[in-house]
Amino acid sequence: MTRERTRILIVDDEEIVRESLSGWLEKDGYTLATAPDGPSAIARIKAEPWSILLVDLKMPGMDGLQVLDEAKKIQPDATAVIMTAYATVDTAVVAMKMGAFDYLVKPFDPEELSLMMHKIVSQQALLRENLLLRKVLKREYRFRDLLSKSQAMQAVFELARTAARSNSTILVLGESGTGKELLARAIHIESPRNQGPFVAVSCAALTETLLESELFGHEKGAFTGAVSRRKGKFEVADGGTLFLDEIGDISSKLQLDLLRVLEDRKFFRVGGSEPIEVDVRIIAATNRDLKKAVEEGRFREDLYYRLNVIPIKLTPLRERREDIPLLVEHFLERLGVEMNRDVDGVSAEAMGLLMAYDWPGNVRELRNVLERGMVVAQGKVIQAADLGLAPGGAPRAEESATASLDEVERRHICTVLHDTSGNVSHAARILGIDRATLYNKMKKYQIKKTGEPDDDEQAHATV
Amino acid sequence: MSDIYLWWIGADAADDAMLREVRSHVEEAFARRVRVWRGPQRPVDAFDPRRQQHSSTRILRWLLTTRPAEAHKTLAITDADLFIPILTFVFGEAQLDGHAAVVSTARLGEGLGPMTPVRVLRARLVKECVHELGHTFGLIHCTRPRCVMSRSVNVNDVDAKAAALCQDCRARYLELEERGTKAHD
Repeated sequence: MTRERTRILIVDDEEIVRESLSGWLEKDGYTLATAPDGPSAIARIKAEPWSILLVDLKMPGMDGLQVLDEAKKIQPDATAVIMTAYATVDTAVVAMKMGAFDYLVKPFDPEELSLMMHKIVSQQALLRENLLLRKVLKREYRFRDLLSKSQAMQAVFELARTAARSNSTILVLGESGTGKELLARAIHIESPRNQGPFVAVSCAALTETLLESELFGHEKGAFTGAVSRRKGKFEVADGGTLFLDEIGDISSKLQLDLLRVLEDRKFFRVGGSEPIEVDVRIIAATNRDLKKAVEEGRFREDLYYRLNVIPIKLTPLRERREDIPLLVEHFLERLGVEMNRDVDGVSAEAMGLLMAYDWPGNVRELRNVLERGMVVAQGKVIQAADLGLAPGGAPRAEESATASLDEVERRHICTVLHDTSGNVSHAARILGIDRATLYNKMKKYQIKKTGEPDDDEQAHATV
Repeated sequence: MSDIYLWWIGADAADDAMLREVRSHVEEAFARRVRVWRGPQRPVDAFDPRRQQHSSTRILRWLLTTRPAEAHKTLAITDADLFIPILTFVFGEAQLDGHAAVVSTARLGEGLGPMTPVRVLRARLVKECVHELGHTFGLIHCTRPRCVMSRSVNVNDVDAKAAALCQDCRARYLELEERGTKAHD
């Protein structure tokens, strides 16, 4: 352990104490600074990183415990030791509860001080080593932009890596926010087609006619508004990968058109008569149960088998909670860069909430909750209250265990729509799903933009 | 090479044989001429009645004003028990990269019986003297327990180390000295 890297801040209102302690520690090669009171100590803690804080308990104005409390919010990794002239069990207990490493009674026994410093420095060296190893492990847990240490997801990454090398159609299954598009992109990058384009289409976002034109393109004058010939996504993706998201939401006509393309690798532009041949690898994705849709006659069986060549199922976040700390660290790092904000982590209480929450919007929702936490957090540590999650992360009392998942989802959507005054885009962002998915869910549960039940719709449905 | 002065400032009479031994080891460690100074003055305000100990910091301040003008470094040796405000005791104190150092014999006899072998006590004193003078040349604590510059918080630590600088500390000492000479030129 290099002592030069250890930075010690001594906070004491007595100049003689600051001088003699810094003089003693200086000879060990530590980098030292002193502060005569709480406010100037906090200013220094805000301005520079410190490894060890030696803080006097009794100081006029802001006392040592208040300094400790503030310091923990700004630099949670700094090790704090409380110095006191009056050793009482009470103050020691309070200091330790507040996160102090230990306390020293003035004047210190040289051996005690020396051993404590040695212990702290060794512990910090271990923490640094641990951080380094975690970074190495993170690389192991990564598949491009996806990160997971769960066994199920590791198997997904392995399958995706193998599938990437082939040309076969892949069907990605998973709830909203599990990273279906990220997986599709990762597969494309890992595939021999990575020099070609990656084109993504959200099938649920467009009406049938628009989607048809979007996928296959159109000839000039094919329909009102078709003022010029336009290439469809199939053509644009030639030589690359076409990602068809929300494939379970397409109409029966488009299901048939798509089946033909998959069978013949040829298609016609809307209004066109010349067949167009393309070399495209299809990756389709859905959050719906396609097999059930087939059984209920809502999805073509032949198309299902055409798409379901290599099915890859992404695990929802609530079934791989062990990934939450890893993902929190990853997102805070990324968000920190994107938002130009320096946040060290989340408090233990906040992590408890994140671990307990069920994450209906999966990883996307986790990212959004952390983004909110980063915006709201006052210090360098995101506190539980900054996350905007219900305490305990458990469902509210009225959402008892007897409610079905659908019912819980319906209620939550109503609450968010109500809270956002019917702003669907905003509500979708909070829920961690895209607008199209939210519209589909509103339709499914017959909810108005205001979050109230859509009685007209219900009336129509029951007629 | 400028001189190092050794100055007995204890209450009891100086032990000349002990001072000779310290001188010979200090000369060897720093390759400098060492003189024994026999000034009659003693620090008057260093005693703290509340702690019943002498403040090493106050002794250093006194040394800086009283030391012989021609001395490059001055090491005072005392039989008084020394302290700095934050610690219960110290074996000695020195100005880092400065001119004054002080070492006490008061606690160096710890762990030894009434039939204290003088050579053990002297060996400990020699090590602490070389150690504190090392600080005045700008050396900080060494992590090698055998090096004389390793920190000693009890007599066992003192006994565990040798009276000489380790290879790294010697190289550092020579480097600091060369830098100091150039600065003077």
